[in-house]
Amino acid sequence: MTAPTVPEQLPDRAADAVRERQSRARRIGWIRDYGVYVALLVLIIFNIAATPNFVALDNLRVQLVQVAPVMIVALGVAMVIGTEGIDLSVGAVMALAGALIPLYLGYGVPVAIAVALLGGIASGLFAGVLVASIGVQPIVATLALLVGLRGVAQLLLGGQFRQISSPEFNNLGTGSVLGVPIVVLVAAVLAVIVGFLMRRTVFGRRVVAIGGNPDAARLAGLPVRRTLITVYLLSGLLAAIAGVLLTAYQKAATPSTQGLLMELSAITAVVVGGTPLTGGRVRVLGTVAGALLMQIVTATLIKHDLPESSTQMVQAAIIILAVYVQRDRGGARR
Amino acid sequence: MSSTQPQEVSAAANVNRPVLSVRHIAKTFGGIAALADVSLELLPGQVHALVGENGAGKSTLIKVLTGVYRADAGTIEYDGAEVRFARPLDAQLAGISTIYQEINLVPLISVARNVFLGREPRNRLGLVDFRTMNAQARRLLAQVGVTVDVRRPLRSLGTGTQQMVAIARAVSTEAKVVIMDEPTSSLEPREVAKLFGVIEQLTASGIAVLYVSHKLDELYRIAQQVTVLRDGAVVHTGKISELPRLQLISHMLGRDIAQVQRQGVTAFDDRSGADPDAAEQLLDARGLSKRHQISDIDLSVAPGEIVGLGGLLGAGRSETVRAIAGATKLDAGEVRVRGRKIRNGSTAVAIGAGIALLTEDRKADGIIPGLSVRENIVLAAMPRLSKGGVVSTARQRAVVDIFMKRLRIKASSPEQKVSELSGGNQQKVLLARWLCLSPQLLLLDEPTRGIDVGAKAEVQALVAELAAEGLGVVLISSELEELIEGSDRIVALRDGRVVGELRGDAVTENALLTLLSGEPAANPDPPPEPAADVPDAAVPAADLPVPAERTKEQR
Repeated sequence: MTAPTVPEQLPDRAADAVRERQSRARRIGWIRDYGVYVALLVLIIFNIAATPNFVALDNLRVQLVQVAPVMIVALGVAMVIGTEGIDLSVGAVMALAGALIPLYLGYGVPVAIAVALLGGIASGLFAGVLVASIGVQPIVATLALLVGLRGVAQLLLGGQFRQISSPEFNNLGTGSVLGVPIVVLVAAVLAVIVGFLMRRTVFGRRVVAIGGNPDAARLAGLPVRRTLITVYLLSGLLAAIAGVLLTAYQKAATPSTQGLLMELSAITAVVVGGTPLTGGRVRVLGTVAGALLMQIVTATLIKHDLPESSTQMVQAAIIILAVYVQRDRGGARR
Repeated sequence: MSSTQPQEVSAAANVNRPVLSVRHIAKTFGGIAALADVSLELLPGQVHALVGENGAGKSTLIKVLTGVYRADAGTIEYDGAEVRFARPLDAQLAGISTIYQEINLVPLISVARNVFLGREPRNRLGLVDFRTMNAQARRLLAQVGVTVDVRRPLRSLGTGTQQMVAIARAVSTEAKVVIMDEPTSSLEPREVAKLFGVIEQLTASGIAVLYVSHKLDELYRIAQQVTVLRDGAVVHTGKISELPRLQLISHMLGRDIAQVQRQGVTAFDDRSGADPDAAEQLLDARGLSKRHQISDIDLSVAPGEIVGLGGLLGAGRSETVRAIAGATKLDAGEVRVRGRKIRNGSTAVAIGAGIALLTEDRKADGIIPGLSVRENIVLAAMPRLSKGGVVSTARQRAVVDIFMKRLRIKASSPEQKVSELSGGNQQKVLLARWLCLSPQLLLLDEPTRGIDVGAKAEVQALVAELAAEGLGVVLISSELEELIEGSDRIVALRDGRVVGELRGDAVTENALLTLLSGEPAANPDPPPEPAADVPDAAVPAADLPVPAERTKEQR
């Protein structure tokens, strides 16, 4: 028995109920789509008015540099979540990429960076094959990598952290171009690239279609497996880029702590940014805004001398709110 | 195994009082009546067949009986008293056991624990008494002819044996009524024979069995009573031996077998134009086989020809078109398009060869709800409408506009979400998705199900138009008018096999129903009088060994 899809065919009361539900869904949909921007705007206005030195260039710089790695990682995670998957390995991939830098810095900065990025690509490829070809659940496949890769990273550096003294490399983390920190510049460029990829390319539209209805996508002849593998690969690559930048910023590779819990920050940014965990939609700009929102919330509370525990509780509240407004999506969809 | 006839006599002794009577049950969902005034009586020691097409209300009725749903009206009398089961467990405890089509057991735990799940024997400390449990499980399983190590995890057994475990579990609850929902859908013929043996044991001990299946051969072999549901109402109930197969099918499908002429109520022109033998074959599928679904199906389609696939629920129609479209991997058989063999099991390859499949279930594997009308239409054609992997919205728009106009898709704009459209418009969007690939062969699985009358006529007219342009079409429809008026030729399927073919003037409802019923037709042409009174035409079929061993010449 199929549920009725044509409201006109229902009796009046039922039709009213359907209309009521639709208009409610539309209101919630608006909050879901634009809520993160509104929240960000309100928070910025509040800070301009109430927080001393908020608009000071130095402060803005610090905030942006801090948020950049989360943002980069979240861009990849957003794509994965768009396919109704999840990538928990990103924090460990950052540690791995960081650990590879000091090992290969002797061959020059470009080689070291290339090797680090290849590490991320290999990890993403592995996760993608596990998920798409072997059929392991994404959460399990990437959880295994989360545990395993950090172990590999620590093993590579003998369980130690390693100072990096190459000014050329460290400049990536601390330097600026025309006053804009390189880290921030890279994050911005990557956001634009991923946004273009998702919105305007065949690949991006396939990602969304597969996330929206994998059976329909397969029947329409879409290369489901190849697309999924590519998505995980890109997520690994983006995490590795974040790992390299963070290593340069810290001037050290610290495999035991680098990128720790990053997967959770990234997922938070994605969800707060309005990308549903049920897949079928990737909001790149929303993800950027989500990362910024979480960063500024934290900064605001700290500036106003609230204890860190309160920050965590506010973050939790934002996450719950974001998931709540997405919850209705399921109802509107089916 | 003995025939069912003697048993009916032996059971007749305690037949006088029904163990379960359902009276005037009604159930509505969101304004739609799923069951309307349904009454049914189960007699102890008898097998009662419950039949009906999709949406007839069989599952709803079972769920009402087992306490999953509450009826809006009507009463259920069980074992002499009126009952109201608030939840499935109450029904189970009272002695109504259900064996679902999908086995509802826990694969990873032991066979014995599955049999006793939720009512494990305990020792004095309140812990599970494994020794007693295993011994009892072994005894119960032996009763249904299964001898396995009961400590093994359930999933290490074959599907048929798992089904037997489910039955052992059902019996062990001291059931008085056992409900079986398509218990043979995943069984081998040998296992079916075993199951029937167990059912005979059950009925011999006075248990009433409600048996849901759409395999007619099985029903006539095992059941004594039959109730036919259609659109939520009982259209027939009585002794199955007094109901000829043809009559049973006409009840299920809602056809009066007296009226068998083409009625001209669909938007198809009277199709008799295409001559299938004259042209080069567009599709030539040979020996398509997939375990438990279809076996040895041959199907060919000429350009410009509409070939109907006739059959009841579960006959293998959808499975056949899915196999041709590469959506399922075949065990055997080959598909050729214009003489060239195509690799099976890949939708991309089939699409590349010009095959398009419009699936039966729009929501489950058709539309992508979160995307716009435009994106749903261009989904499969995306690479052709892009440059260097970059989507060109302008080029997509041009194509989408053409098809939205041609198919008269009603949407506020191409950017409207497809999930906001009506069923008929969603269906047109899916048709457009395939048409913009300029396919050669259209496989249409229930293209007009659940869409409004206007859209239905439009879709039908479009299909006829496309065939006139030279496309080959395979049409599946549960509506007989649509199938008969829409098709140049009808291939009839039953139990996953081709049982006959009708073409030209032989395409009539009566001829088709006769083929589907599996009754031996005396005359291949439609007889002037309906064969309503064929005396016990079903009985010979009851002596046949097993359905799957039947050859297709048998008709």
